[in-house]
Amino acid sequence: MPALDVRDLDRSFGSTKALEGVSFSVEDGELFGLIGPDGAGKTTLFRILSTLLLADRGTAAVDGFDVVRDARKIRERVGYMPGRFSLYQDLTVEENLEFFANVFGTTVARNRHLVDDIYRHIEPFRKRKAGALSGGMKQKLALSCALIHKPSVLFLDEPTTGVDPVSRKEFWNILANLRSQRITIVVSTPYMDEAILCDRVALMDDGRVLRIDTPDGIVEGFPGPLWIARARNMHALLSGLRDDPDVESAFAFGDAHHVKPRPDAKDPAGLARRLEERGHQEVVVAPARPGIEDCFIEMLGRKVSA
Amino acid sequence: MNVIETERLTKRFGDFVAVDRLDFQVARGEIFGFLGANGAGKTTAMRMLCGLSVPTSGTERVAGFDIGRQTESVKKSIGYMSQKFSLYDDLTVAENFRLFGGIYGVPSREIPSRTDEMLELLDFRSEKNTFVKSLPLGWKQKLSFSIAIFHRPGVVFLDEPTGGVDPVSRRRFWELIYEASDRGITVFATTHYMDEAEYCHRASIMVDGRIEALDTPARLKQAHGAASMDEVFRNLARKATRRAD
Repeated sequence: MPALDVRDLDRSFGSTKALEGVSFSVEDGELFGLIGPDGAGKTTLFRILSTLLLADRGTAAVDGFDVVRDARKIRERVGYMPGRFSLYQDLTVEENLEFFANVFGTTVARNRHLVDDIYRHIEPFRKRKAGALSGGMKQKLALSCALIHKPSVLFLDEPTTGVDPVSRKEFWNILANLRSQRITIVVSTPYMDEAILCDRVALMDDGRVLRIDTPDGIVEGFPGPLWIARARNMHALLSGLRDDPDVESAFAFGDAHHVKPRPDAKDPAGLARRLEERGHQEVVVAPARPGIEDCFIEMLGRKVSA
Repeated sequence: MNVIETERLTKRFGDFVAVDRLDFQVARGEIFGFLGANGAGKTTAMRMLCGLSVPTSGTERVAGFDIGRQTESVKKSIGYMSQKFSLYDDLTVAENFRLFGGIYGVPSREIPSRTDEMLELLDFRSEKNTFVKSLPLGWKQKLSFSIAIFHRPGVVFLDEPTGGVDPVSRRRFWELIYEASDRGITVFATTHYMDEAEYCHRASIMVDGRIEALDTPARLKQAHGAASMDEVFRNLARKATRRAD
């Protein structure tokens, strides 16, 4: 039995389709990522799975329990960390943790070992009100509160949004630890580079799932070759690339542009030569391995042209 | 010509030194990445550069004006865009341009033609009379940037401008930044996406209120033997003693 089974979920708000035909399942103990921009439907999905919102159509089950019929049972076994912090700002750090333990009929003492790894970072501030914590500390407290009743499934809605790269890295280390304790984790993020830290991911956009696979599987599914291009003037190079007959699409990608050549394009050298003939200097064009973000862009492009 | 110049720029809150003797210059038309972990002092420094916070000591010149003595002139010569766009949802695209143009002192008779010019550049003419609230996030972001540079400021400050948008919109947005830079507008940006730091001509990394490193992304990577700016950032930010997190 999968930890999570989602079938054909639809949900609209007025004329906006927040979710359209979303289906996937998550195995016990899996770290599963929902990757997509704002408006992809990630939060709506979490709210349905944690029984806070009803779907218009479709079914979802957590540990075999139906989100509508068995809502109470699901609440006992799910830990949910919403994107906007769920903490009581006027309670102290330790009061928040005790509150969440009590609501679920347990005590901090009984389950302290579950959150020890995370909670010890914030314990020095246990008498401080949650409202006075920094973003990273709030995040760790919210995670502790979501874990204190020993859930079997954890839903984390954009835990790393707006968090700096160092804290993001730390947070993912914490998730890897939880995963080794066999807790099933579903985590959403707009950061494509975090996809590679998941066992499998669903790429989402505009209420739909574009693709579900392992990070490697997604990258291997990238159609055709990918080239990178550099030149002295990177901005001019971008229009130069887009005007070239061999180029299907070109995007700025940090220190190099990523180029998807047309299927009949020959080799990077030809493109480099033509660019130099047109006055671009210090041109480098070379084959490259695509990343998750290339794949996502490719899928968005296909959706637009479809 | 430098558009931003600071000398020993410092901000204290009681005993806490939030920003500690910053010395740096940003040239006209430069795209400058202002990086740092949460709590490193970026926001405080940026508020001083925008004239919203008074330095405890040190000097700063922005767009040719001394911030301490010519604060109002500075405010007219800069643009600002934050992650929480300051667009008016219940106004149309054109009305937003008119409102912000008026606030920043763009002559009324120039507002319609400049609006058309901007919409042309954005390939956005069909949405001129659309209410902002019905625009997708990626469009709001581009519009927000265009409004921030509508009065043709010498420098535009971007505070984590690309949070939450899809990767295609994020890239289109950086193309707009390139264009603004080609037209001589200096772009001063903070971001948590380290791949975006690679788009910058130069980037600084703040640690504990100080600028720990400042150079082109290529030279920073070389100096740290790192493959990416993400690695450079983590190398430096790890040393922080006063991480907010």
